[in-house]
Amino acid sequence: MTNSDQFIDHKGRPIVVVTGAGVVSSLGKGKEENWANLTSGKSGIHRINRFATEGLKTSVAGTVDFMDLKKLSAPALSLALAETAAEEAIMESGIEHGDFPGPLFLAAPPVEMEWQHRFELDAELSDTDVEGYARLLEASRATKHLEMYDLLQFNRTADILSEQFGTKGLPISLSTACASGATAVQLGVEAIRRGETGAALCVGTDGSVTTESLIRFSLLSALTTQNENPEKAAKPFSKDRDGFVMAEGAGALVLESLESAKSRGAEILAVLRGCGEKADHFHRTRSSPDGSPVIAAVTRALEDAGVNTDDVDYINAHGTSTPENDRMEYNSLKEVFGDRIHQTPISSNKSMIGHTLTAAGAIEAVFSVLTLKHGVIPPTINYDTPDPDIPLDVVPNEARQSKVTNVLSNSFGFGGQNACLVLSNNIV
Amino acid sequence: MGENSTPVWITGIGLLSSLGEGPEAHWQAMKSAKPQNIDSERFAPYTVHALGDVEWANQISRRDMRQMEPWQQIGTYTAGLALDDAKAKDDADLCGRMDMIIAAGGGERDAEVDADIMRDARTSNDRDALLAERLSNDLRPTLFLAQLSNLLAGNISIVHKVTGSSRTFMGEEGAGISAVKTAHARIASGQSDIVLVGGAFNSEREDMLLLYELGQYLAKGEQKPVWSRTEDATGVNPGSVGAFLVLESAEHARKRGVTPYAELDGVAADHGKREKGMVEARLDGAIAQLGNVSPTTILSGATGAGDITQCEKYWLANHFVESPVRAYGTMTGHALEAQFPLGIALAAIAAQKGEMFGPLEESESATPGDQTSILVTMLGHYRSEGLGLVKPVKV
Repeated sequence: MTNSDQFIDHKGRPIVVVTGAGVVSSLGKGKEENWANLTSGKSGIHRINRFATEGLKTSVAGTVDFMDLKKLSAPALSLALAETAAEEAIMESGIEHGDFPGPLFLAAPPVEMEWQHRFELDAELSDTDVEGYARLLEASRATKHLEMYDLLQFNRTADILSEQFGTKGLPISLSTACASGATAVQLGVEAIRRGETGAALCVGTDGSVTTESLIRFSLLSALTTQNENPEKAAKPFSKDRDGFVMAEGAGALVLESLESAKSRGAEILAVLRGCGEKADHFHRTRSSPDGSPVIAAVTRALEDAGVNTDDVDYINAHGTSTPENDRMEYNSLKEVFGDRIHQTPISSNKSMIGHTLTAAGAIEAVFSVLTLKHGVIPPTINYDTPDPDIPLDVVPNEARQSKVTNVLSNSFGFGGQNACLVLSNNIV
Repeated sequence: MGENSTPVWITGIGLLSSLGEGPEAHWQAMKSAKPQNIDSERFAPYTVHALGDVEWANQISRRDMRQMEPWQQIGTYTAGLALDDAKAKDDADLCGRMDMIIAAGGGERDAEVDADIMRDARTSNDRDALLAERLSNDLRPTLFLAQLSNLLAGNISIVHKVTGSSRTFMGEEGAGISAVKTAHARIASGQSDIVLVGGAFNSEREDMLLLYELGQYLAKGEQKPVWSRTEDATGVNPGSVGAFLVLESAEHARKRGVTPYAELDGVAADHGKREKGMVEARLDGAIAQLGNVSPTTILSGATGAGDITQCEKYWLANHFVESPVRAYGTMTGHALEAQFPLGIALAAIAAQKGEMFGPLEESESATPGDQTSILVTMLGHYRSEGLGLVKPVKV
């Protein structure tokens, strides 16, 4: 093996490694707190107190309520979560603060004007009989609202993060719905493999639980209505699962080429061995009944990573706790893994932290890194009534000690988005 | 470009705007130098470049149309035009492995529902309860899907079966720059053979105008050409636009037997604060990344917004004394995420024709002949800068 061969993978591309990871979720701030709670089977789901929920079908969520914000809004919270996770990841990587040597890939919720903003603008003019958006436009003509303008720019979060951490070039903000976090990682991997950069900061964040966002998912019948006991509401792979729990959080990874990491003497937390993607053309919110796009995404990820199904020791499931997702995920995995799927541990972090939407893929990638590092598989909690149609080893209710070498992490989203990552603690 | 990289060809163009539909209609309109479908009344005092009549059924079934708001319709329709143009439409195998990068903003609101709630909220003593009740009852369940940024890509997958991969970039003009840049990089490096890339923008909605006007970025009154918007006349005239490109490796295009419009030689982008001298410094860096550039023509995506448009004007005048400039937004309006893909498309058409349309206003100088390289500039009205270089394909 020549000196440079050790840095390239089975396809002759630069090996990509993780040298820093950070996370915030309803279970807490930072990896330590999250991992302790996650491996003790604690739920972060609670009754919503951010806004009144009387009359709403769902009144539980995994909101993050402990961030210190001057004024709460989805963009402000999403930014604060992303900053916290990215800060932790960069600190761990040992890269100089404020001078990150590569681009930023940010998975963030689409920015929207909120009701608080509409009400604020609507109240500004009293002597007008103009209604609706024409009235808000009139108020805007009368007074410049630069702060609100800035807050509602789609690229604001990435702009502030890139300024703060000193990432290079034009930062990319992206959305692939509930696969966004995984896509951010995928874009980082691709940029490093192209040789454009030695490092990439990949972040997924979501702080967008509002009255309207909750109602919108409710209208699509996507959310659980089991409000009585919030901690029990998310029950992936259980027979009585009835929808996902909206949640917030952020995950961040510092990706580097192995060569760059070695040259700095950085600690390598995991190898980002492969990514796979395939879009679905079946329906806006539902997957192809034959599962072919998910099957293709999983297959491509394994192939890209140079890993056989036999080598996968653990699957970090998308596992949303909706009737359709969990069934579809099982059926598709069975196609790829055959009967071996029944012996492969698979668990859903969402049973504890809920579905962090845009952030999920990034947060679950961070938890996959921790699984590899600690040799502990976090459980699927609330698994009291197994679904006989999904005979999986879901690591029920209690964490499990287990040597894990390769993890498959799945993310699927509305709009036919399917992205899978393979992480490993084995460099070769 | 680097010696080891694969040439990236533009083999399909889809365009829909106030100027009509398709490359030829746009070329003829640009040559006429007369904007069309200028609407200064519907959203007065603002002027928008509106879409004319569109035969949506040519690309989108009635059933799918019902699932989309206008920005998604514009995008899905235009993506279909680009696929047709690249002779890729209805090729299930090709579309099934085609990559896709979309530059998108957010979707439309239900303006009536919002207006009713705002009115009732003025006299309500419990706004939370009002919101909970009204939104639960009045929002159309499918509206959410028409608002989600990545659902333009989702609709393109459903309607045109493009499913190799699907990424949606957000972030105003910068999203369009990053989309084209990433697509180019993927092909040049061999990560992808063929990519559908583009964006769509619907200017004909008050909620979108509001997002600009919070910062008082909209031009008021009669429409003026971009460089003529000085002092009180500065600002953006939004334009409804769909702009899509099929980018393809030269080798892949040759195998398919398709003729390219042009080569996308390179894309450079940057981002940062806009304090004195910083934009110019970033542009200096970006242009250097494109090599030793001496453009025959510069197609500027200038927005008309005050300082940044003037900044671009002086930077171009300093760097490229000889190169005539065309601010194509004079004709199409400004289309935010779609503006950069639109500029690349217009450059590709000109490169293929081997000529450039004439000046769009008095301050723009006359055109030389053969177009050996066309520089497309995009300085976002508020943030982000990008440059693209388009060259004719040597046969």
